[in-house]
Amino acid sequence: MSVELLKGNVALAEAAVRAGVEAYFGYPITPQTELLEHMAKRMPELGRVFVQAESEVAAINMVYGAASTGVRAMTSSSSPGISLMQEGFSYIAGSEVPCVIVDIMRGGPGLGNIQPSQADYFQVTRSAGHGDYHPIVLAPASVQEAIDLMTLAFDLADQYRHLVFVVADGLIGQMMEPAELPPMQPVRTAKPDWALTGAEGRDKRVITSLELTAPELEAVNLHLQAKLQTIRETEQRWAEQWTDDARLIVVGYGTAGRIAETAVRQARKEGLKVGLFRPISLWPFPEDRLSALADQIDAFLVVEMNAGQMWEDVRLAAGGQVPVMFAGRMGGMVPMPEEIYEAIQQLAEKLPGDLRSGG
Amino acid sequence: MCAVSMVEQAEEKVVYKRPDSLNDCATHYCPGCTHGVAHRLVAEVLDELGVRGRTIGVSPVGCAVFAYQYFNVDGAEAAHGRAPAMATGIKRTLPDHVVFTYQGDGDLASIGLAEIVHAATRGENITTIFINNAVYGMTGGQMAPTSLPGQRTTSSPLGRDVELTGFPIHMAEMLSASPGAAYVVRRSLHNVKEINRAKKAIKIAFQAQLAGLGFSMVELLSTCPTNWGLTPVEALAWVEQKMVPVYPLGDFKVYDAVQTAAKR
Repeated sequence: MSVELLKGNVALAEAAVRAGVEAYFGYPITPQTELLEHMAKRMPELGRVFVQAESEVAAINMVYGAASTGVRAMTSSSSPGISLMQEGFSYIAGSEVPCVIVDIMRGGPGLGNIQPSQADYFQVTRSAGHGDYHPIVLAPASVQEAIDLMTLAFDLADQYRHLVFVVADGLIGQMMEPAELPPMQPVRTAKPDWALTGAEGRDKRVITSLELTAPELEAVNLHLQAKLQTIRETEQRWAEQWTDDARLIVVGYGTAGRIAETAVRQARKEGLKVGLFRPISLWPFPEDRLSALADQIDAFLVVEMNAGQMWEDVRLAAGGQVPVMFAGRMGGMVPMPEEIYEAIQQLAEKLPGDLRSGG
Repeated sequence: MCAVSMVEQAEEKVVYKRPDSLNDCATHYCPGCTHGVAHRLVAEVLDELGVRGRTIGVSPVGCAVFAYQYFNVDGAEAAHGRAPAMATGIKRTLPDHVVFTYQGDGDLASIGLAEIVHAATRGENITTIFINNAVYGMTGGQMAPTSLPGQRTTSSPLGRDVELTGFPIHMAEMLSASPGAAYVVRRSLHNVKEINRAKKAIKIAFQAQLAGLGFSMVELLSTCPTNWGLTPVEALAWVEQKMVPVYPLGDFKVYDAVQTAAKR
C-alpha cells in the first residue's frame, strides 16, 4: 500500500470497489460526477455491474433490485438527486435490503448551486423517505476518512440489512489529498439467506415493504425500531480533541469540523480552554458522549454549513444543561477559520467564567 | 376420491391442473377480472419452459400488487412504476436468471413511463407483461393514460375529453420503435381464441429473453368489470367492441432472431 494523491470523489469510488461493491447505478450530478465516471471505467473492467440510469429515481430502484439479489450495491448523488431518491430509500428500509449511498452535498434549496454545503443533514438523518426510520449516516472530514468510512459503510449495511449514507460536501468530493487505499477485498461469493436467487430447491422468497394490515405493519415497525435501537446503542462514532479541560466545546462535522479544528487550535494557542467534538456518525448521533461532556462545560458552539440543523441534535444531547450556540454559513459559503475563532471569542465574553482560567 | 380410485391407473390422464409456478392460494381480484387469466398464462409458460426455479418476478403497484404472493417464484415488490428499474438491477446481477415485470397501465404508462421506455431502450433482457384495462383499478376507477376518448371514470365523470386530457397512449407501438426491443406485441384476453394467442405471445416473449435478444413486452387488453360498471360478460364484450378498435391487436416488433428462438 502506498500514499497517493487522490480526489475525494475518485477515492470514494475506488474505496467502494475495493470493499467489494458488485453493482453501481447512478446519474451524473455536480459535484459528485467523478465518482460515477470512475465506476463507469472500473466496474466493467472488473466484470461488475455499472448502469448509468435515466434518473436518480431509476438509479435507486436499480440499487434496490440489485441489492435484493444479495450483492453489495450502491449509488451516489448530490442534494437534488438525493431528494429524488427518497422514494427508493424508504422501500429499501422497509424491505431491509442493505445498500450504500454517497451524498456529496451542495447548496440548496431547489437547484441551489454546486458549492459545498451541509444542508442535507435533516434530509439524510431523519428518515430519508417516508415512514418511520433513520438510515445510518457517516460523515468524513478528509479524503482518507472518506476511504475508511466507505469500507465501514458496506460492513454496517450488511450487518444490519439497512441503508448507510456516506455524506460529504463538494469540498471533500472535489479536493485532492494524499491518502492510502485499502487492499482489494474479494467479492463475496456466498449469498445471504434472504436474497432473491431463484426458488430452485427451496421455498420462494419475497422482497417487499408491503404489509396491508395495521397489526402486521406495526410488527414490522417494532422489529425495525428494535434494530435501530441496537444501532443507536452500538454505532455512535466521533472524534474529540482538547476536551479534557474544555469549558467551551465546538461541535462540527465533515468540512465544518475540520475548519473548526484550525480555529480551536488557534484558541488553544491563545490559552482559551476550548475543545473540539466532531461527530462521525450523524445517525446514530453521538449523543451519549455529548451528553456526558455537557456535564463538565459551560457551553457548546455548533458550526455547520447550513442554518443550524445538527444544532437541534446537540441541543437534544445537551438536554438543557448548557447553552448551545450556533455559527454557520449557508448557500455554499464555506466558513473561514477566522470566522469561527471570532465566534469563539464572542462567546467567551458572554460566558460567566473566564475561558482562560478553566474554573 | 373414491371415484378416482375406481378408475384404472392406465386411464388416468391429467388434462388440467394448477401450474407449479402458481401458488395454491385465493387471489384478491374482482369477479370477471382477467388478471387471473394473465397470471395463469404466465405461470403455464414458466412451467413449460422449465424455468420456475430461476425466475424472479417483479410486482407493480396497483391491482397486481400482490402478484408476488400468487406466483410461486422468487419475487420483489417495486415502488409505483419502478418495476423495470428494479428488474434491471436484478437482471444485471443475475444475468442467467429469468426476470419479468407484471405491470398495469397506471404503473407502466403513467408514473413509470420513463422506466419502461429506458429499459426497452437499453435492450434490458427482461420480459414485461403489461395489463391494459383502460382505467386505474385499485384506487377506484380513475382515468388512466390508456382510458378511451369519452370513457367515463371517477376522474373524468363527463367522459374523457381529449381536448382537456389528451389521447390514449399506445405503449406497444411506442416501445416497438426502440432498437432495444426485440419482441413487442399486443394481445387480448376477451375470448378463448385470443387467450390462446396471448399465451403463445407470452411464451415467445420469455423465449426471446432466454435467447438473450433484448427487451420483450406483451400488452394484454384486460377487463375491469368493477370500475367499468359492467357485468363480467359485458366487460369482455366491451374489450372487443371498444378497446380493440383503439388498441389494435398484433405484432409491433418481432426480431427475426425471436422467431428462430421461438422455434427451438
